[in-house]
Amino acid sequence: MSQNNAKQFDDLKRFEAKLNAPFQSLKTSFRRDQVWPFLMPNETKANIDKNILLYIEGLNLSFDGFKALNDLNLYINQGELRCLIGANGAGKSTLMDVITGKTQCDSGQVYFGQNIDLLKQDEASIANLGIGRKFQKPTVFEQQSVFDNLELSLKANKGVLPTLWAKITPLQQDKIQHVLSIIGLSKQAYQLAGSLSHGQKQWLEIGMLLVSEPRLLLVDEPVAGMTPQETERTAELLTSLAGERTVIVVEHDMEFVRSIANKVTVLHQGSVLAEGSMQEAQSNPEVIEVYLGEEAATPAPKVKNPIDKANNNKVSLIADKGVKI
Amino acid sequence: MTFMNTLFGQGRNGLQSRQQAGQKTLPFVAILVISTLLACASNLLLTEDSPLYVSTYTITLLGKYLCYAMLALAVDIIWGYCGILSLGHGAFFALGGYAMGMYLMRQIGDRGVYGDPVLPDFMVFLDWKSLPWFWQGMDQFWFAILMAVVIPGLLAFIFGWLAFRSRVTGVYLSIMTQALTYALLLAFFRNEMGFGGNNGLTDFKEILGFDLQADATRVSLFAITAFLLAVIFIISQYLMNSRMGKVILAIRDGESRARFMGYHTERYKVWLFVYSAIIAGIAGALYVPQVGIINPGEFSPINSIEIVIWVAVGGRGTLIGAIIGALIINYAKTRFTALFPEAWLFALGGLFVLVTLYLPKGLMGLWETLQTKLNKAAPEAEIEPKDEIKTGVSS
Repeated sequence: MSQNNAKQFDDLKRFEAKLNAPFQSLKTSFRRDQVWPFLMPNETKANIDKNILLYIEGLNLSFDGFKALNDLNLYINQGELRCLIGANGAGKSTLMDVITGKTQCDSGQVYFGQNIDLLKQDEASIANLGIGRKFQKPTVFEQQSVFDNLELSLKANKGVLPTLWAKITPLQQDKIQHVLSIIGLSKQAYQLAGSLSHGQKQWLEIGMLLVSEPRLLLVDEPVAGMTPQETERTAELLTSLAGERTVIVVEHDMEFVRSIANKVTVLHQGSVLAEGSMQEAQSNPEVIEVYLGEEAATPAPKVKNPIDKANNNKVSLIADKGVKI
Repeated sequence: MTFMNTLFGQGRNGLQSRQQAGQKTLPFVAILVISTLLACASNLLLTEDSPLYVSTYTITLLGKYLCYAMLALAVDIIWGYCGILSLGHGAFFALGGYAMGMYLMRQIGDRGVYGDPVLPDFMVFLDWKSLPWFWQGMDQFWFAILMAVVIPGLLAFIFGWLAFRSRVTGVYLSIMTQALTYALLLAFFRNEMGFGGNNGLTDFKEILGFDLQADATRVSLFAITAFLLAVIFIISQYLMNSRMGKVILAIRDGESRARFMGYHTERYKVWLFVYSAIIAGIAGALYVPQVGIINPGEFSPINSIEIVIWVAVGGRGTLIGAIIGALIINYAKTRFTALFPEAWLFALGGLFVLVTLYLPKGLMGLWETLQTKLNKAAPEAEIEPKDEIKTGVSS
């Protein structure tokens, strides 16, 4: 009897399933918790099968005969934290300009993943691909509040009409509050960004990067003008970001670089001079020669950390300026 | 240099202006509506010997001022909020005016001097046999209104698309807009263009069958102008308070930074320019039936520069400021030109220099400074965040 019942129940279920079959596709396309595929923002996904996020090959760029970039090759792995170091004019900032579309290069290739040619896109499209940049000089919108600055940076459809109708969602609200607490500006959220101190502007700039959830962060001199404690916090923040996101840091402060980097790339005269761990870079004879010039050519084994020595001067110079400010 | 900075640099304090402007929207619209109703009522209901009677002449004058206020609003939207100093907005105004003028011309019908049922007088005079193609359909009111909006919008789109995509900014863009309006001035002066040449379009008789000289028509036109000004003001206020408004301020203060955040700034600028041109076109279309004439003089570069002065005096970056500036200066102009007609342009030029040097935020800025001085006891209240944001803080 009970067997019969179970069979009947099974039959009923099968019948029901048969009835529902034609509606199944409808049901999936009318799910209330989802957006229709054709309404979804048209995102190009970067192909990172080889675990390399950024390919830079044979990059050349010259300004009036001066070779800012000279056959530069660089590969950045997915989830890596890479530091770029080099003297002034080595091409660090120029490289960032080329990646973000600010400057056109003469020849070479820049690919985001295996499939997206960055050289064919403009600044805004590149930013929408998930490449965020923090500038050397903090450039926040001083006439708008800290909150508005963050709201503008949110990862969202940035077309004209979507922006016109955009309302800040509770999720985004939370995200902004979260980032505000990370960058320590919760109390200043509704102050004008112009009223912040230099260090706070740096943090706001970092916060603007964070809310935009980029895949690749290009960070240009993040700790310039920061106190040692703030520098430490920045280091923590950047290392915590690596893994999930890919970070490229340009920095002059060697102490800072040593504290965060497991891999550094030394640029010199627009091309890569050395690549490897900080230790390797420091013991590389070419690097020593470039950093200390003639001095290193003559035997001067006493110098233990040539980069440090070369940069100590620079750092102290910066510090001097900092005092004046 | 500071002078240039005031012209092209950052305008007003964004956050404060937007919040305060938001608070002032309702009172402002209320004042506008009530004073319009009062003026209309006192014209229609009172007799001429009553002390409160507002003459039809005054009504028309007020209507004209409101058209100018709308035009100032259009310039403020792109100059005050987006930093694009357009010295050619008179062109969009005049184009809207010409579209309306063409409709009014066609309405004359066979009542013209030559009595031709289709051709306007100036065409008969030029010995034209048939109506040019661009005059077709202009006898339909809806079509003329559509053209008053579409033609300025289209011109603004093409101009903006070419200029902003090539990243032309600052002084260069201002000069280009000036050239645009000057080129149109020269073109519309030519009789062969088919827009009445030097004399323009005039001698209008009626609009939608209503006599243009009648009191009721004039009062209605004035009321419609006030109503549309209020509507455009509210829409613009919404626009500037939306996230799009924040992007627009961001473009003004750091265009390349906004680009690196993923905003295609040229698209925002083009659409804002089109929006502004459409407002100017509407203002022009409302202006012509009230003034009774449209001629190439409206394209004159001086007119466009005057608009900028209205905005600067009122306070750019505040929509109310632009409106107030336009009203005050035009009232002053009416009084002044009656007394010393030759001196007006000198006075205007002097005013512009003085305002840019000593009142970079215009009258609205002066008002705000006075207010903060009065409220010094409770300065915190000035920058109280909006309610929705406040809830965000506490959560």
